Amino acid sequence: MKETAHIEVRNLAMAYGDFIVQRGLDFTVNKGDIFVVMGGNGCGKTTLMRALVGLQRPAAGSVLYSGEDFWNAEAEAQQRLKRRLGILFQGGALWSSLTLAENVALPIAEYTGLTPARVDEIVAFKLALVGLAGCENLYPAELSGGMKKRAGLARAMALDPDILVIDEPSSGLDPLTARRLDELIMELRDSLGTTIVVVTHELASILSIGNNSIYLDSESRTMIATGHPQDALKNGHPKVRHFLTRGGST
Amino acid sequence: MRGAEAWQLDVRPSGADDPATLVIVLGGRWRIDQHPPAADSLQARLTAPVRQIRFDASELDDWDSGLLTFVSGISRSCAGRDIAVDGSGLPPGAQRLLAMAAAVPEQKLAARDPGPQGALAQVGTATLEFVHGAPQMLGFLGELVLSLLRLVAGRARFRARDLWLEIEEVGPRALPIVSVISFLVGLILAYLGADQLKLVGAQIFIADLVAIGMVREVGALMTGIIIAGRTGAAFAAQLGTMQVNEEIDAYKTLGISAFDFLVLPRVLALMLMVPLLTLYSAFIGMFAGLLVSLAIFDIGAFEYYTETLRALEFKQFAVGLSKGTVYGVIVAFAGCLRGMQCGRSAEAVGHAATSAVVTAILLITIAASVMTIVYYQLGI
Repeated sequence: MKETAHIEVRNLAMAYGDFIVQRGLDFTVNKGDIFVVMGGNGCGKTTLMRALVGLQRPAAGSVLYSGEDFWNAEAEAQQRLKRRLGILFQGGALWSSLTLAENVALPIAEYTGLTPARVDEIVAFKLALVGLAGCENLYPAELSGGMKKRAGLARAMALDPDILVIDEPSSGLDPLTARRLDELIMELRDSLGTTIVVVTHELASILSIGNNSIYLDSESRTMIATGHPQDALKNGHPKVRHFLTRGGST
Repeated sequence: MRGAEAWQLDVRPSGADDPATLVIVLGGRWRIDQHPPAADSLQARLTAPVRQIRFDASELDDWDSGLLTFVSGISRSCAGRDIAVDGSGLPPGAQRLLAMAAAVPEQKLAARDPGPQGALAQVGTATLEFVHGAPQMLGFLGELVLSLLRLVAGRARFRARDLWLEIEEVGPRALPIVSVISFLVGLILAYLGADQLKLVGAQIFIADLVAIGMVREVGALMTGIIIAGRTGAAFAAQLGTMQVNEEIDAYKTLGISAFDFLVLPRVLALMLMVPLLTLYSAFIGMFAGLLVSLAIFDIGAFEYYTETLRALEFKQFAVGLSKGTVYGVIVAFAGCLRGMQCGRSAEAVGHAATSAVVTAILLITIAASVMTIVYYQLGI
């Protein structure tokens, strides 16, 4: 796979009022990467995700998509960039007044102008892909946590985005379902070339799917570049090794 | 290379000697934004001599879900007609994604949407809901009484801080809206009365009308309705959201009475504050009456004042305050009941808030009528 920068984060800082969550974030996500953002609880992983997808303006720095600066772009250009993103929120964030099929269909119907029959076909396929075939008419309130997460992924993939940003894909899932989700994520990268940013602290996921990563340290409030998680496990920064071995190596 | 050209589709038998095998040749860009064709367009070709389908994707430049849904649609049609589908000609990535989509069999979770109901069925459902709801309401009332008894016995457990916060929220913070509405209602009463009393030259009795009207009836009723919309809905939404977040279950599992902890402070706050708001509302209404009398009907301020004092007896205040207290309890009851009954979704919270206001206003109106009749019969 050729190495082209897809997302570039330059000297990014995020803050809530005076409280700086993270600063000096500087990394590049290449096309077709599965890029893992890891770190302990409360280190700013989700805040970074919100800055990447346009939900929270960073305090400083820039986020570039294929060279285009998101936060300094016109509203129209931002809208265009957002359409290339698929986002899976931590709790699924499904719209509770819509059925699963309607949840997935909404972005497709909104942006593609396909006929309802074609939209339904795509919806059925996406739901089958995440293992939810036949659940089209259920409401989110009727789903288990794992099903909500998978349905959220189906919605995130609805428009075949270039970039998928996933917050905690496997938290709350049983190991087999989590594994299946990981496999699906890898498959999306391999077959469609989707660039994937995964925010997670699930060790199994980090080590099996990631091919590049950063570690957000909550003490120094900045990142430690770690490269391939498997390399980081062998000879990375001590803090990262400590994290990846569940405190086993210091 | 074709580059940016749109999708191409060609269907032909694999050879003159092999009419049983159909080859689907895919080319160009099979992406959703190119609006590729649906699988239905090939239905006519999937007939009699065809026993097998192959794909030729050697000319395919680019693809996404547009291709995948097309192929999965064809597979579905073929499965029903006993035609074998050989996907080995597809891009390897597409083959793997199609296999993944087919890996988990369709779940037989029947849709629970019963479809539209006839008018009669709707009446029946609504009646059943009401019949089933009544015992729940009574049960809630019973729990409320038990909880109040525990409070009197000094065994109810809740945090004093919660009570003070609720009192501040439902009392002082409601003053602006209560002021505006009471002032305007007082004004309306004064105009209405003056118009009629002018006919018999007894305009001074505007003071009696406004004073007795506001203190006995209208002050409490207006306050009750304002509080139903303002606080009853808030209670239902708060408790409903707690229900969604499983906070109420968390109290239950710890053996803490969610009722004492959440419902009791709210009921107490309204029980204490609504009578005070009623009183305040009555005074604001009388003030509006005074202004109208002064400005429009040439009644002196002192005259109005003495006439008001003459009209008001202690029993008028007792009636007004008793009504205010009852309305307060009704609003708290309806808000907390609907909140605790709330389902586990955002929609359910909205429904709980609406239902709390409707229930509260309905019960207030019924209580107002019953109490008016009872007080009249008792001669109070």
